[in-house]
Amino acid sequence: MAYQIKVNSKDHQVDVDGDTPLLWVLRDVLEMTGTKFGCGMGLCGACTVHLNGTPTRSCVTPIAAVGASVVTTIEAIGETDPGAKIQKAWLDLEVVQCGYCQSGQIMSAAALLAGNPSPSDGDIDRAMSGNICRCGTYVRIRGAIKQAAQSSAPTARRG
Amino acid sequence: MLANQLTNTQEKDLSRRAFVAKAAATGGLLLGFRIPALAEQANEFSPNAFIRIGRDGRVTIIVQQVEMGQGTYTSMPMLIAEELEVHLNQVLIEHAPPNDKLYGNPALGFQATGGSTSVRVFWEPLRRAGATARCMLVSAAAQTWNVDESSCHAEDAVVTHTPTGRKLTYGELADKAATLAPPANVSLKDPKDFRLIGKAVRRLDAPNKVNGTAEFGIDVKIPGMKIATVAACPVFGGKLAHVDDTRARAVKGVRAIVRLDDAVAVIADHMGAAKKGLAGLQITWDPGQNEHLSTEDLVRQLDSASQKPGVTALREGDAAKAMAGAAKTIEAVYQLPLLAHAAMEPINCTVHVQANSCDVWVGTQVLTRAQAAAARVTGLPLERVTVHNHLIGGGFGRRLEVDSIIQAVQIAKQVDGPVKVVWTREEDIQHDVYRPYYFDRLAAGLNEAGLPVAWTHRIAGPSILARFAPSAFKNGIDSDAIDGAVGPYSFPSVLVDYVRQEPPPGLTTGWWRGVGMTHNGFMVEGFIDELAAAANIDPVHYRRALLGNAPRARSVLDLAASKAGWGEPLPAGNGRGISVIFGFGTFLAQVAEVAVDKNGHVRVQRVVCAADCGRIVNPDTVVAQVQGGIIFGITAVLYGVITIENGRVKQRNFDTYRMLRMNEAPAIEVHLVDSKEAPGGMGETGTAALAPAVVNAIFAASGKRLRMLPIDIAQLKASDRREPNSRIRKPKFERAPKYRHLCNIQMPGISDTRKRYGGCYISSFLRDGLATYKQDENAFEVQTLGRRGVLLARRRPVCWNHTPKPCSGCPSGRLAGR
Repeated sequence: MAYQIKVNSKDHQVDVDGDTPLLWVLRDVLEMTGTKFGCGMGLCGACTVHLNGTPTRSCVTPIAAVGASVVTTIEAIGETDPGAKIQKAWLDLEVVQCGYCQSGQIMSAAALLAGNPSPSDGDIDRAMSGNICRCGTYVRIRGAIKQAAQSSAPTARRG
Repeated sequence: MLANQLTNTQEKDLSRRAFVAKAAATGGLLLGFRIPALAEQANEFSPNAFIRIGRDGRVTIIVQQVEMGQGTYTSMPMLIAEELEVHLNQVLIEHAPPNDKLYGNPALGFQATGGSTSVRVFWEPLRRAGATARCMLVSAAAQTWNVDESSCHAEDAVVTHTPTGRKLTYGELADKAATLAPPANVSLKDPKDFRLIGKAVRRLDAPNKVNGTAEFGIDVKIPGMKIATVAACPVFGGKLAHVDDTRARAVKGVRAIVRLDDAVAVIADHMGAAKKGLAGLQITWDPGQNEHLSTEDLVRQLDSASQKPGVTALREGDAAKAMAGAAKTIEAVYQLPLLAHAAMEPINCTVHVQANSCDVWVGTQVLTRAQAAAARVTGLPLERVTVHNHLIGGGFGRRLEVDSIIQAVQIAKQVDGPVKVVWTREEDIQHDVYRPYYFDRLAAGLNEAGLPVAWTHRIAGPSILARFAPSAFKNGIDSDAIDGAVGPYSFPSVLVDYVRQEPPPGLTTGWWRGVGMTHNGFMVEGFIDELAAAANIDPVHYRRALLGNAPRARSVLDLAASKAGWGEPLPAGNGRGISVIFGFGTFLAQVAEVAVDKNGHVRVQRVVCAADCGRIVNPDTVVAQVQGGIIFGITAVLYGVITIENGRVKQRNFDTYRMLRMNEAPAIEVHLVDSKEAPGGMGETGTAALAPAVVNAIFAASGKRLRMLPIDIAQLKASDRREPNSRIRKPKFERAPKYRHLCNIQMPGISDTRKRYGGCYISSFLRDGLATYKQDENAFEVQTLGRRGVLLARRRPVCWNHTPKPCSGCPSGRLAGR
């Protein structure tokens, strides 16, 4: 059946089975391939998107469950304040290698920062351990989240 | 849609300014792909296969070494740009098309990215390519102005006539330069003049990888394209017997079911439908002869094969005789499991087969092999097969293989229009080309000082080389399987032999990050640590003693040890382990610090790495490769194993084939040696050195010697191990009285004088890094307080002191008064 979804502030109508994971709607139907397929079981985090700001594994999220939630993907995360800071820190610290998992890493990190302007190492572990990076960029991811948090600290204090 | 971006850019023929502005604005990589025929038609200055300069000033660098995270799309352009005198933000990067003649890897004999070769083999040719183009552009300018070339210089894609300040851009010079013959000889820059090489240059591919626009093979979008997913026979070598596809065909979005000899694919509008369709298939497999195969069978076969001598790969001296005369002999069996690669980008390949052509969109480490494979399957001539290469979401050796490309073309032959074949993660884990199971027997004969007089290493395993490059498999020896079989060390006598033992057909083995070095690094560095323990000598100083002929290895060993605080106390249950390797032209040492808890769980807390990889092109990428290589290695040490049961792989996804995660990642420090030596490879050494450092650290922490990966935590439970502090390996001098009072010193001023002093033992010199064993002289070289001496190891080795009195001035105060 047809489903209405809102992705990155844009409305879309897709005609797929209700149990179709959001991941494939994004990648194959809407041709937004920034969100990646890694495992199909919610084990690696490569497919992470935000549903109303909450990091969500799109590979195990049926389209029927999305409803009116606002979907944000890597293609638009840079338009948010935490997303832009995370992306900048990622570039400043040269986090990426092959880059395949980084869409998901950035989505998880941006959600972390949005809810917690100065995350501790434990906070970072909890938020990021669902995202596998096979190239092993963890050391730099941790550093980049901390850098992004520092860059956002003044804003947070003002708030 | 980067490829399309480029095409559009070309079609619109944007001005140079617009183009550069665009490249600079994205700050990233504009990737393109073009077949050579088009390049020939264009009005461009194209002095070689790597550079094109358009009239509009566009500088295109064609990169033949594919980007899979290791940074070649930055390092290769750096080599060219350094000599071409252009900025990296002035260039456009293009994937090279398949062409062994133009883009062959000199080390591998064909167009391939692997074996940590890219910088090593293209270090000189790419700088030469850049310099040649620059010389021609300078000549073109000099001829235009009718001045001497030596009065012109090139910078930022502009040639300037220095005395008058006249300038011509590379774009303006392209036509004229194209009419000139390339100079036969160009001189390359003195390294002190490098402005790019050796500097931490920002990766060109990074910006598109943080905003979702980087296009990997799996992201290809071709109009009319369908998505397919596939199930191959779960039993190795088995066939497809029968499929009932009634339920699958009823799934919304499923378009067709394609049957192959050994697999079945569901073609659909999207992957969701394809997977649902695949789950709905009722498949009957014909399992074939491997139906009852298990890992135990493979190990039994290897064990039995390794009982008999193999083909001699390396012989120095008479190891058998030396072993027989040794004061002590030590033997051990080391084993490494089958491993999958599990790159984050699942295996995929998009193919469009038409009557007279075949297009393949894929990320591959072997473009020409991909092209040849597609030509074979379609029956088309090579030139009718176009391979569009892409960024690779992790290679690690998996994408050196074309099995999945062959399968995708077989499927595409039965599909009208383009089809993207995507493997599920389960398919990826269960149908990999696996790192072989290795079963190695090592033995050493030690002299009375505990140092090796004989070293034997028998390697039993399959030959990847014999399958992958049969012509390179010579005299029954797989040069990769034996690579590093004696480590960086010198031994008085050595015997390395190789027993080729293949798994049953259907189970294919292939290269995995670190290749032969990852295998032998584990075996050798684990075993050396055993020898040090048997000799009661500190592992660092024991290694030092054997590295007399490898000063670069010794220096990284010392650097890693000192940066790691080697010898400083650690809490109970913690330990440090060291490893040092020489591979891919690089010397690298690691100190791992681990904690073993009472349940036997191991946490790698810190890894300190020192590397001497010669001249470095992009130091930050080198550091990143080591950091990542260490994480890759820890995954394998703690979790990595592929188990075969009933001819099938037991592991399925990341739940059963576990990966290291953020919360388990150690602190990592990387120290690079400033070196003027030829560049060494850095893609794999970080992984190769990790496993032995960790198992050696586990030994230091728990007293348990693990000779098999992944580590078995059952063996590390507290009840089953010695008290951690009971085996602190400080040399116990009083246990070795027979070594007293016998030494022979040669040193300036005291030449060949036999002296009989009580005091230091050679082992303590070794421990403190003051003595090095030189096997060719059967002597120890000793250096203390800036003086250098040589100890001849006679019948019994030896002690030495630098004054007639107990060595109060010895750098190591611990020796004083003994």
